[in-house]
Amino acid sequence: MKNTIRQVFHSPKFVGGFVIFVAILLTMFIYPLFNPGNPLQQIGVGTFAKPGTYVSLYDATKTTPETFRLPEADENRLAASLSDEDRVAMVEYFTAMGIDISDLDTGDTDTLLQMWEDNYDPSVRPKGMTGARVNYFKRLNNSLQDLKGGDTIIIAEEGEDGALVESKSISTTDYVRTGAVANVKTLPLGTDNFGRDVLKELVSATGTSIGIGLLAGIVATLIGLTFGLLAGYLGGFVDDFIMFITNIFTVIPGFVLLILISYSIGQEQRGAAVVATVIGLTGWTWTARSVRSQVISLRNRDHVNLSKLSGHSLLRIILTDILPYIASYVVMAFILQVSSGILAEAQLSLLGLGPRTTEVPTLGLMMNWAMLYSAHTNGSWWAYFPVILVITLISFSLNLMNTGLDQVFNPTLRD
Amino acid sequence: MKGYRKYFGKKIFWFILTFIAAVVLNFILPRLMPADPVAAITGRIAGGNTDAKAVAQIYERYQEEFGTNLPMHQQFLKFCKNAIHGNFGLSFSQYPRSVSDIIGSAIGWTIALQLPAILVGWLLGNLLGALAAYIRKGFDKVLLPVSLFLSNVPAFGMAVVLLVVFGVYLKVAPTAGGYAFDMIPHLSWDFIKSVISHYQLPFWSIVLVSIGGQAVGMRSMSIYELNADYVKYSRFLGIKDRKIVGYVFRNAMLPQVTGLALSIGTMVGGALVAEIIFSYPGLGSTMYSAVTAADYPLISATTLIITVMVLIVTFLLDIIYGFIDPRVKAAQFE
Repeated sequence: MKNTIRQVFHSPKFVGGFVIFVAILLTMFIYPLFNPGNPLQQIGVGTFAKPGTYVSLYDATKTTPETFRLPEADENRLAASLSDEDRVAMVEYFTAMGIDISDLDTGDTDTLLQMWEDNYDPSVRPKGMTGARVNYFKRLNNSLQDLKGGDTIIIAEEGEDGALVESKSISTTDYVRTGAVANVKTLPLGTDNFGRDVLKELVSATGTSIGIGLLAGIVATLIGLTFGLLAGYLGGFVDDFIMFITNIFTVIPGFVLLILISYSIGQEQRGAAVVATVIGLTGWTWTARSVRSQVISLRNRDHVNLSKLSGHSLLRIILTDILPYIASYVVMAFILQVSSGILAEAQLSLLGLGPRTTEVPTLGLMMNWAMLYSAHTNGSWWAYFPVILVITLISFSLNLMNTGLDQVFNPTLRD
Repeated sequence: MKGYRKYFGKKIFWFILTFIAAVVLNFILPRLMPADPVAAITGRIAGGNTDAKAVAQIYERYQEEFGTNLPMHQQFLKFCKNAIHGNFGLSFSQYPRSVSDIIGSAIGWTIALQLPAILVGWLLGNLLGALAAYIRKGFDKVLLPVSLFLSNVPAFGMAVVLLVVFGVYLKVAPTAGGYAFDMIPHLSWDFIKSVISHYQLPFWSIVLVSIGGQAVGMRSMSIYELNADYVKYSRFLGIKDRKIVGYVFRNAMLPQVTGLALSIGTMVGGALVAEIIFSYPGLGSTMYSAVTAADYPLISATTLIITVMVLIVTFLLDIIYGFIDPRVKAAQFE
């Protein structure tokens, strides 16, 4: 036993998969310690807030600032506040003024502004330009001048007599340290369509999905193992009967059965555990098939016959003389069942047949929500891509472990 | 020929048996559940209606329409009789369209998408796997982890990634539908062009996913065969490498055919979900809209059609297998 384990951990593939899987498990347990709370809590009011650190604007204005004169500050501010529309408008102005813009890149704020400064002349009215447009350019010019520094924003509060009283003025050179601001929230993966913290939700969903996979795997492996052992060892009528059922369920797609059963159970009864059990109930067939063929090759071995002659009970023969020989095989089948269980849950949820949505997030539900609110077409990659990545990584790590085990136990496959 | 006849006879027998089981399951499963679908539909239709008599009338009306007031065996006979005539009743969500009409317009899209995609993925995967086993060294070192990783990307995940990269950012392919939304299906060059451009993303997402799994399987099968005694013996005899490789791949292919037959159900399931991502007008999207609209007759008919399609493909694969593997015929003589 000890030797086998050592051998298994010498397989680079197994170790690779194992490390990834354990890393996922550890994150699952450790992350909630740092960021406790209900993963389904809606912290944001809007949908799909971008990933990043959010600083409370209110608290920031209350914090005592430091003054820095950073050389690139003006330029950054201008670049950030100059919208694409403004840039296009500026180009339009240059064209109207008859200036050569063949080598102008609208993304290059520096040269764009330099050109603007050199060429903008409020006293000249370009030919064919409406008065409204001319005024627009005046406003644009003023706002650009403001941003260039020296400008201040005045914070005013309502005084006792109802008039606004200036409480603070913020200049372009004022800075506050993020640590000094009372409320700073970092959302590494932003928020989803309901305004929930995606990372927190993802960690919790990963846990639930792995749980679903494990339960589905256990159910499927237990049924498959029992049927396979009975069919293989007993043979005869039992074998024929079990194989009859197994053959039928192998050909009827498990996915279809899953849809039918899940739909019939109804949304209210469909908790995560129920979904997992149903997945297990529809996925046992190939475990049964392969266990059966392994047992058939074992049942006429000498040690089994010896046990039979000694009058050992059926249970004992199966447990001590057969199971140990197929244990490695069953473990591998179990690993595959877990990974296909996680995938099955995700697919069911995408169809709208996943666990009911009020209690726990699962990877499939997160995917379903992201798709329902078209995160994929509005550019909110953080709502769906991490989910796909996690599903892939879990499945990849499990399969890698499986391949590693396969190579240890089937020497012909070794590289 | 006697061996073949016996082999095919056996296969046909199993095909019919599984077919019956599938129909029975499709009929029984929803009826085994504690929830009464007719009651659910009545509740939905009646809405806020509190008049008990009216609700009871609606319920009875639906019972009659679905025939749920008949005893179970009569219901089953009626179900079979109607199903043979292609009559699955009326759809709730797309009333007054009949279920068979909806399925009829969706099934072509699904077959045209999935059959070529799965076949191409299978062929490419096997080719790459065989190459990896034969060349080993660098190619294998890269190909194996890549295929392992690819085979674990869920079909819908691949669909989303392709959609976002090629549809949304690069804008080289349309993101939704089976043809441009402003077109009515007709036979013209424009329409065909539109169909082909809408076909690309769903097609490649299925192909990419199936390549991975097949390549991994074929690689290990080929390695296994390359180490077999007959290969060593052939080498001793001085048979050309090319010829040996031919033998090896033929032998390694056989389990892959069985593997395809066994996994086609799973692959179709994954591909159906991928259809939803692209709003492809096939059975997957039909099923999705049926589920969201709680369109009971449509769901049950869709699942039945999918089952039958998978059954037929599996059956055909079994038949093909019988022809390409002479041992099958030999086994029947024993």
